[in-house]
Amino acid sequence: MTEQTSQLLRFTTAGSVDDGKSTLIGRLLYDSKSIFEDQLDAIEKTSQRKGHDGVDLALFTDGLRDEREQGITIDVAYRYFSTPKRKFIIADTPGHIQYTRNMVTGASTANAAIILIDARHGVVEQTKRHSYIASLLQISHVIVCVNKMDLVDWNENRFNEIVSQYEAVASKMLVKDVHYIPISALKGDNVVNRSENMSWYMGAPLLHSLETLHISSDINKVDARFAVQTVIRPQSEENRDFRGYAGRVASGIFRPGDDVVVLPSGFQSKISRIDFDTQKLDEAFAPMSVILSLETDIDVSRGDMIVKANNQPQPEQDVEAMICWLNNQPARPRTKFSILHTTNEQKAMIRDIVYKMNIDTLERDLEDKEIGMNDICRVKIRTTQPLMIDSYRENRATGSFILIDDATNETVAAGMIL
Amino acid sequence: MNKYYLNHLEELESEAIFVLREVAANFQNPVILFSGGKDSILVTHLAKKAFYPAKIPFSLLHVDTGHNFPETIQFRDSLVSSLGVNLLVGSVQKSINDGRVAEERGKNATRNSLQITTLLDTIEEERIDCAIGGARRDEEKARAKERFFSHRDDFGQWDPKNQRPELWNLFNAKHFEGEHFRVFPISNWTEMDVWGYILKENIAIPSLYYAHERRVLWRNNSWIPESEFLQIEENEEIVTKKIRFRTLGDITITGGIESDADTLDKIVAEVAAMRETERGNRADDKRSESAMEDRKRQGYF
Repeated sequence: MTEQTSQLLRFTTAGSVDDGKSTLIGRLLYDSKSIFEDQLDAIEKTSQRKGHDGVDLALFTDGLRDEREQGITIDVAYRYFSTPKRKFIIADTPGHIQYTRNMVTGASTANAAIILIDARHGVVEQTKRHSYIASLLQISHVIVCVNKMDLVDWNENRFNEIVSQYEAVASKMLVKDVHYIPISALKGDNVVNRSENMSWYMGAPLLHSLETLHISSDINKVDARFAVQTVIRPQSEENRDFRGYAGRVASGIFRPGDDVVVLPSGFQSKISRIDFDTQKLDEAFAPMSVILSLETDIDVSRGDMIVKANNQPQPEQDVEAMICWLNNQPARPRTKFSILHTTNEQKAMIRDIVYKMNIDTLERDLEDKEIGMNDICRVKIRTTQPLMIDSYRENRATGSFILIDDATNETVAAGMIL
Repeated sequence: MNKYYLNHLEELESEAIFVLREVAANFQNPVILFSGGKDSILVTHLAKKAFYPAKIPFSLLHVDTGHNFPETIQFRDSLVSSLGVNLLVGSVQKSINDGRVAEERGKNATRNSLQITTLLDTIEEERIDCAIGGARRDEEKARAKERFFSHRDDFGQWDPKNQRPELWNLFNAKHFEGEHFRVFPISNWTEMDVWGYILKENIAIPSLYYAHERRVLWRNNSWIPESEFLQIEENEEIVTKKIRFRTLGDITITGGIESDADTLDKIVAEVAAMRETERGNRADDKRSESAMEDRKRQGYF
């Protein structure tokens, strides 16, 4: 049973087709005893029907009917398991080439990324692509699993060779904390249990690494940011004077008595109290959902941001960002979008495409000005009203946005502010 | 020194509250789909915390199949009155009487899939633009791909291959007239999390979840409760057993398990040791491997 004090770790998995990603996830769930008997029964039946040897653990992660028929993963699926130390959420993202948007989606909420490499093939183009996305989305921890070690005779030299290949790739990107683990997902070596076939490997198995990654310091505790979701004004007699601002602390720490500024208006005030349910709190930190009340009665509404007076984000109408295009329809020139940044919604237009990133070669294409599905580009965006921004690198919550096409209401792009 | 991180239940709670507040801010007429089961009770509890000291700004919508456990209805009515919220009831019996749907026949007949029509009709009649549900991604494989904010077209249908990508905590709630959203604030909770949280918060749940003596018969690997709707076959026999229910649905299809867990602590310990998923006792999911996906596409919860 999971302890009440255990932390939540969200991670994403990326690998090329046939790298054994589904098998790895199945193995983690199976060896950590998160697969229930009736689920196992269903998988055993299907494995037999398809004529597989033994139980195909990969079947456990295939969700939608089309996927089961085609044997591929077409959408991000979320999986859950826990150990006494941690609860885990896996964003299981497809490795297939046209599904960059799914990897970006899965990576957006992840603390860690597992990147799978087939020991026989080493670092391939897709490895670079997955790593680039992990660095673009600023995932703090990357675990490189060199899989199928059983097919290279558990060879230490082969593992070291792949580690060097990957180090060369990672050096061109911003990946902070990289771990390397030789595994066999199929045989179970170094996934949950230490491998007897690779006694030369001194590090921890994958699950132990996931349990011990230090994630508490990943959240920005310096820059206090609080985007107002909605105003709480009870219509009851005893609380008639209550006026509080509901939201989730994006970063930093707020305490009663703090001098704050409400943006974009610039009105100054002090925090009078912090409420959560029936409790009055001494402080609130990310990612707590609370209600802030201010000493002065000023006009505050959804989309406003409450920050500390001595540490404010930049109000900007011209924003430079990396975007990933998520829609089948290419970006039409000078289209107006809705931009959703924290809880603030404005209209926006892409003014200029600075370059398009070729994520296979990691080269910048300055000529190509077409933005299509799965493209990653550096763009200049103009908004109708200022956004209160930080750079994505410093603050995931106030450095990210999505673009919504007003004609279709679809989410067409994800943006990371530079 | 203070710790500046949340434990997993606190983080899940904060995430769910954030989602519920986004609903309040983005929709005109949102409702909580309330079945009287623990997941919808949990969502209602989280909504109470999200807006306190204000009242919950949503109505509760119960899609009533008429095949209820009496305990569920008592529980619903007392919760509604203590929270001071509005209750809407969509009646499957009325949909049958109006000829909108036809009753299934045979021993395994249920009103489960009939709820889809009643729900969609109620959503249209009441001009509901968002229905908040207690579905969790860990429950069933089709639900593993569900979004927090899940778009439904003007026929109420889910298109799993054309879902809007959902990044960070930025939820796109935009929709055209006649379309609506299903929102799932406890998407990331597991059954264990739900029970752990119910225990931590000491949330009241219907007595059916606690072990109790009941007249039941053995069918499809679980104990089906005796009721006026139950057709007893020749080889079946009503016996009295000490059982409890892990999930609550219609009285006709919800199977119980033998248990002595008559306190929350014992239930949590039992769930932790359990080796079968909770929906394993729900006949509605056993019809085919993609039973849930097919119902969800049509507009099921």
